[in-house]
Amino acid sequence: MTESENEVLYTPLYDRHVALGARLIPFAGWMMPVQYAGILHEHRLVRSKAGLFDLGHMGQVEVTGPDSLAFLQYVASNDVAKIEPGKAQYALLTNEHGGVVDDIIIYRPNEGEGYFVCVNASNKEKDVAWMQRWAAERGDLDVTVTDISDKTGMIAIQGPDSEQIMTPLVANPIADLDYFAWMPNAINGIPVRLARTGYTGEDGFEIYSDISDVGAIWDAVYAAGQDYGLEAIGLGARDTLRLEARMPLYGNEMDDVTTPLEAGLGWAVKLDKGDFIGRDKLVAQKEAGVPRKTIGFVIEGRSASPRSHFPLRVDGREVGFVTSGAFSPTLETNLGLGLVEADIAGIGKPIDVIIRDRAVPAVQVKTPFYKRGQS
Amino acid sequence: MASPEDLQYTKSHEWVRVEGDLATVGLADYAQNELGDITYLELPEVGDSIVAGEPLGVVESVKAASDIYAPLGGEVVERNETAIGSPELVNQSPYGDAWLIKVRLADQAELDALMDVAAYETFLETEAGH
Repeated sequence: MTESENEVLYTPLYDRHVALGARLIPFAGWMMPVQYAGILHEHRLVRSKAGLFDLGHMGQVEVTGPDSLAFLQYVASNDVAKIEPGKAQYALLTNEHGGVVDDIIIYRPNEGEGYFVCVNASNKEKDVAWMQRWAAERGDLDVTVTDISDKTGMIAIQGPDSEQIMTPLVANPIADLDYFAWMPNAINGIPVRLARTGYTGEDGFEIYSDISDVGAIWDAVYAAGQDYGLEAIGLGARDTLRLEARMPLYGNEMDDVTTPLEAGLGWAVKLDKGDFIGRDKLVAQKEAGVPRKTIGFVIEGRSASPRSHFPLRVDGREVGFVTSGAFSPTLETNLGLGLVEADIAGIGKPIDVIIRDRAVPAVQVKTPFYKRGQS
Repeated sequence: MASPEDLQYTKSHEWVRVEGDLATVGLADYAQNELGDITYLELPEVGDSIVAGEPLGVVESVKAASDIYAPLGGEVVERNETAIGSPELVNQSPYGDAWLIKVRLADQAELDALMDVAAYETFLETEAGH
């Protein structure tokens, strides 16, 4: 499959979404379910039980060759050398200006010198071109970057009951699989790579497989989950779940011109690991003082919702903008993340969200807004 | 949900119930269903004037904020504070508990521009793809 501006792509699960009564919307070139029963219901189900996500739009890239590690160390911000076999790591692909090309998860297999990288749907073409360009420019490195998205299937089960639902389905025990670890496994005899990762703030698994097996895997997990109340979850709840857990969304919290330091992702940037693309700019920004910071804010009581790009003001002066905002189904209040002038940031400090020309008072709070196990 | 027969409707999916010179305004089932979980209502104050075809307020769902358009003009004489406090009522009871405002009609002739239930049902089937 190739992507063009007017071609809409369908995952292998499209017919199942239609049968489940999903509302489908074009997202990053794909026709994807935004909701089934309703965003609030789906969100709360993932927090309390478990939900099943079609992630067929996400991209997967294989990095192979003897210099795979050296290459990833050069294009990614985190210290890839720290990833043990069978583990995974969150990192950023940074550009020469210190901005972010994409945020990615790097998985290291139990064996071999290669890596498996999961990238955002909206950035897949850009990421692949970017990594292939640097693989070519770094002629000293023996590495190959291959887009394997078209042959890779991806779904996720997320929520506190995920392990119980998956346990009878898998060939190899998963109880000891750590967060940000993955393992080869099989579901009803179908080979999968089962990763204890996700984008909701809950326990759960992302399941990678051959694309031709996605339907059978989805059906098996869906059926096994029925005793637990599992339902399919759309992109709408995926967004509110990740926001409560303060997981960034590319294009909202960071982009080509916003640095990871500004986006509050400094924990995934290891400036002392050796050179990588944009490192000099990030070192300079850190030394000079990061000019903007990402804050979390909550609007107490019933209010209109903050949304992306709404202005933020302090004492009537514009100091930044909302990067992500929503009604939080768990906290039952409106909240959001904002990118503001650095000296504005401070837990407990007031900030106004400008909603339809009106200043709505908010207060800066610690993030994440929600932590696992909190009701 | 079937559209009640005693109401009149707009193409932007508001409904109106007329009793004398008072009109009760709400959101049609189609609108609440399209919006999804409703989290906030912004309605005019009692004493405000609204103008037919102009936005009278805003309804917000988890997904988006949308204008509510005035089906007719007049002075707002009451607004539904219960619905403002519990906006999910609009999802649960769009034609009942979750009426939005009551308006003293300025011009009875404006009612002629509204659709009766038969016209609205036809509109839903054709324009809205139902």
